[in-house]
Amino acid sequence: MIIAEQKPLSEIEEMLADCHKVMVAGCGTCVTVCFAGGEKEVGLLASALRMARELKGQPLETLERTLHRQCEWEFVDPVKAELEGIDAILSLGCGVGVQALSERLPGVRVLPALNTKFMGLPLEQGVWSERCAGCGDCVLDLTGGICPIARCSKSLLNGPCGGSASGKCEISPDVDCGWQLIYDRLESLGRLDLMEEPIPPKDWSYARDGGPRRIVREDLRLGQ
Amino acid sequence: MVKSGSNLESVLESGRFAVTAELGPPKGTGVKAIYRKVEQLKPAVDAVNLTDNQTAITRMCSLATSALVRQAGVEPVMQITCRDRNRIGIQSDVLGAVALGIRNILCLSGDHQRFGNHPQAKNVYDLDSVQLIQTLSGMRDRKKFISGDDFSGEAPLFIGAAANPYADPYEYRVVRLAKKAKAGVDFVQTQAVFDVAKFAHWMESVCERGLDKRVHILAGVIPVKSVAMARYMRDYVSGVSVPDEIITRLEKAQDVKEEGVKICLEIIEQVRDIPGVHGIHLMAVGWEDMVPTIVDRAGLLPRPLL
Repeated sequence: MIIAEQKPLSEIEEMLADCHKVMVAGCGTCVTVCFAGGEKEVGLLASALRMARELKGQPLETLERTLHRQCEWEFVDPVKAELEGIDAILSLGCGVGVQALSERLPGVRVLPALNTKFMGLPLEQGVWSERCAGCGDCVLDLTGGICPIARCSKSLLNGPCGGSASGKCEISPDVDCGWQLIYDRLESLGRLDLMEEPIPPKDWSYARDGGPRRIVREDLRLGQ
Repeated sequence: MVKSGSNLESVLESGRFAVTAELGPPKGTGVKAIYRKVEQLKPAVDAVNLTDNQTAITRMCSLATSALVRQAGVEPVMQITCRDRNRIGIQSDVLGAVALGIRNILCLSGDHQRFGNHPQAKNVYDLDSVQLIQTLSGMRDRKKFISGDDFSGEAPLFIGAAANPYADPYEYRVVRLAKKAKAGVDFVQTQAVFDVAKFAHWMESVCERGLDKRVHILAGVIPVKSVAMARYMRDYVSGVSVPDEIITRLEKAQDVKEEGVKICLEIIEQVRDIPGVHGIHLMAVGWEDMVPTIVDRAGLLPRPLL
């Protein structure tokens, strides 16, 4: 899922400095699961903002609304009816949610309350870790199901560099060496032979480097 | 078959024991320091490595420094890392390097920018070091870019890489060298050897695989100037392993610099006896003036004139 994290309150306050009434909009999917932008976080953030503004003698009115999904038009459209008197929408969705609201709700500013971090998973309560970089051309079949693009600090395709020590990456003792993980996994699968063959340069045109991406599935399109 | 016609290639291919040294380009635009270091290193080495923004600190580029060093009469080994340039930039630099008479290029992943003076930078890693070797051998042997597109002229290159017997997973380290050999590497310079036993063990596996017949291996050696430097390398330099025994020797020494040189000479003597080792690579960054003394005392002077 998409993992996000709330921006510092001061940064959000600054964004809303000229607003008198805002809609604080949560999202019921990924960001709810990672405790960054669900109904509960909407309530907490809205009250924190109201208190901060009250202390400054510039009260802020908030309207709390958590959408099932900010990234689909059908859940976004009903919000149109609730924008009367709203100066801005503060979205606690991921970057996709913020943009979906912006695209669908012309004439109203949509501001991000979160920093969208990565595609990953929870390792334990309160700890999330990146797993996929969305490179558009999956190589997990060659690397024991562990991604070198997302999990090696240099996205190397041909094994650990000289900075791998005791299972950790040269950038920090807190970061696992992605290629040590791959090596261990391939060893346990009896597939260390996969470490022997040079992997040629990757075609990054399938990644963001090829420009903004879009998928068209003719078999699914309606009324064309 | 002559690949590049470089002096380093000639020395190694003729079976002589090679000596290379490292020269860090200046963090600035001045050339005086480069020329001064070149003059110091000139009589003592077969070629000099010009690092490519080592430890991710912005310095004069290795291409320009290599050209300057060559003009000053020493053969350069231009280092290229994969951190800062994509395949377009790198292949373009290679064409320019060849045009400027540079014949030795060493392929590296590059230290992560986290260590440098621009930790906010975006890294590139369009290629990795193995792919960079493939790229250069493709340019040299097939006269083609990665894309398969042709270019005019020749790219006579002697292709180098690094090898670190001290990094993990240890069992993979010889596999990695084999991979680099498959990719087309001609020579490797290893990470600094302090733990000679571990290096010798690694070399045994290298020879078992017959890699010493395909790749010239130059053992990396660092003369240690001070106890602080030894401790710093042990604790902070990624991929270097300095045994406590060496630190103790330096701590007890009356003349630390002389002790550092002695340790260095002992290591050189030991690695010379290890089968498959074809040379040494002296990384005396900031202590270039000591290189001729070390090479002389190691009995490696004069350098062959080929």
